[in-house]
Amino acid sequence: MKDLLGWIGTLPPLAQIPIVVGLFLAAAVAIVLLIEVAPRPGRKFTIIRFAACLVIPAIVFLLLGSVWWAVAAAVVLGGLFFLLDYRSRQGKGYLFALVGFLAPAVVLLLIGLVYPSIQTILLSFQSNRGNWIGFDNFVWIFSQPHNLVVIRNTIIWVLVVPAFSTALGLAYAVFIDKSRGEKYFKILVFMPMAISFVGASIIWRFVYAYRPEGESQIGVLNGIVTLFGGEPVNWLQQVPLNSFLLMVVLIWVQTGFAMVILSAAIKGVPIEQVEAAQLDGTNAWQRFTNVTIPAIRPSIIVVLTTISIASLKVFDIVRTMGLAYPDTGVIANEMVTLLQKFESGRSAAFAVVLFLLVLPIVIYNARQIQKTREIR
Amino acid sequence: MTTSMTANPALPESAVKAVARRTKQRLTSRGATIAALVIAVLWTVPTVGLFITSIRPEVETQRSGWWEIFINPTVTLENYEAVLFGRDSLLGPFFNSIAISIPATVFPLVIASLAGYAFAWMKFKGRDVIFVLVFALQIVPIQMALVPLLSLFSRGITVGDGVLYEGLRNAGQFSQVWIAHTIFALPLAIFLLHNFISEIPSDVIEAARVDGASHGQIFFRIVLPLSMPAIASFAIFQFLWVWNDLLVALIFANGAAAPITRALAELTGEFGQNAELLPAGAFISILVPLIVFFALQRYFVRGLLAGSTKG
Repeated sequence: MKDLLGWIGTLPPLAQIPIVVGLFLAAAVAIVLLIEVAPRPGRKFTIIRFAACLVIPAIVFLLLGSVWWAVAAAVVLGGLFFLLDYRSRQGKGYLFALVGFLAPAVVLLLIGLVYPSIQTILLSFQSNRGNWIGFDNFVWIFSQPHNLVVIRNTIIWVLVVPAFSTALGLAYAVFIDKSRGEKYFKILVFMPMAISFVGASIIWRFVYAYRPEGESQIGVLNGIVTLFGGEPVNWLQQVPLNSFLLMVVLIWVQTGFAMVILSAAIKGVPIEQVEAAQLDGTNAWQRFTNVTIPAIRPSIIVVLTTISIASLKVFDIVRTMGLAYPDTGVIANEMVTLLQKFESGRSAAFAVVLFLLVLPIVIYNARQIQKTREIR
Repeated sequence: MTTSMTANPALPESAVKAVARRTKQRLTSRGATIAALVIAVLWTVPTVGLFITSIRPEVETQRSGWWEIFINPTVTLENYEAVLFGRDSLLGPFFNSIAISIPATVFPLVIASLAGYAFAWMKFKGRDVIFVLVFALQIVPIQMALVPLLSLFSRGITVGDGVLYEGLRNAGQFSQVWIAHTIFALPLAIFLLHNFISEIPSDVIEAARVDGASHGQIFFRIVLPLSMPAIASFAIFQFLWVWNDLLVALIFANGAAAPITRALAELTGEFGQNAELLPAGAFISILVPLIVFFALQRYFVRGLLAGSTKG
């Protein structure tokens, strides 16, 4: 597996695409074919299932480069699984099919998200050399003024960006609703979504650019200021204004997202309700607050959640724009900076702080999902 | 909360369109139109500024703001030439970006559509709990997963003297990035595709089941074709995310494997020095997402809705 990937890696980048995608799709089709034949009755298919239960774990572990006893253990587990499946209450092959559908995703999630999360929590209680040091990393975080600024900034980001993006997106969606050229209006505001944060940072650098007074300004903002006879301002040096100017970039990107989703939600509001309200003699604003808003509330919550998470994780903008300027740090960026200084313990502690900040959002949304699933 | 959710039945698309057409003739208020115009202009100006900066000669860019092109039009392709074929050519990173994005789009989609089907149409113990857990994983900060994943890739797993997993050292330049992106995309992909797949009328699935179709057949013959719109839209989404990603690239794509976002971020780091290349470089990096977005935006929007309006 490693050798194969190593060989693919020597090819030119574009040539790697078809090979890798082809191999992957072949594996996926094999899995679906096995799922397909799994529940069929008859000895032939029982044998196929049995063989798959033994061979697949063996191949997987061999590809991973395991030692023999690990492969043997995997094969034994596969055999046990076959027996379990054979006696499954929903009929032979049901369990087999279920695992076929779910195993790839679950295994990857366990490796890539669950295991690292646990590992990070453990790391946060260790020094860089791996000694257990209790809460020292957290004490360090909350005792350094610089870190407190970072945490404060993160909290401001997560409060300001979702609120403004959603409000602007909603307002825009309402303004252009049913107007002529709605499609093009949408495209203009949605376009920043397609632009990377790195690209966005470079774009906005030319908005905030500063030249000393007397020179010709190359930044739009200072261009406007000097046009009206004002003195040019070095925007990104102004604390705390600079953090908000960076937030503007994320708002610029996320408003389009909010607008598209909310616009679709507005179109889903039952027209009868709107017309009934109209007959009752309500004005446009009353209809908006009493009919539209309640009807699109679920969508607003989804938008707020998504943007909150995006702003908690914001990293690229601060990294490419704010690094040279004072007091613009956020947790997500601080973690990477610490990591690059090999301060893994402190970086992990920051990760845990970030996770604790996200936790309320997770719990709230998990509850919502559970409710909708119960309704179903 | 629950009541407002049920009180939002999806109208048939044709009905919505008919209503929209009827009301289109009605005059929208003038103030709203002006406000919309202002927002639209504010949202577009920065991008236009970047584009104009990228086609102006460097001397001009240093001397005056980009808006002066309207007074003193000078246009050049020098910047693009320098970016593509100069010393710090972005051509390599550009192709790297393609080579990273396409597989990293296909992998999670296939895996997630399999899992989404199981969560939507197969019964098993603890299904709802596991599904909520998968959703919750979406909110784990990626940064949190980076350190352990990196050490897993570079060192593998050993128990005693035995190697359980040898890691991905020397295993090709992109394999780490592909796997990392695939994993990080899965929670949201499963969530969105599940929502779409579970909206397929249960009569259709039941009928197939009565006819004796197995789960494999139902997935291949019914679910996959019907959920193509959602799959296509998520593919576009995922492609844009991967293309625009910097964080994963910074940790997993070193040196020769660096995608264009990382190359650009490194250019921005060296202040002053390659500054004149930035606008052109940024515009090249934006180009592919913009093309994808404009060509496929119809699907794009539809896919966003598949998961989001259901809450």
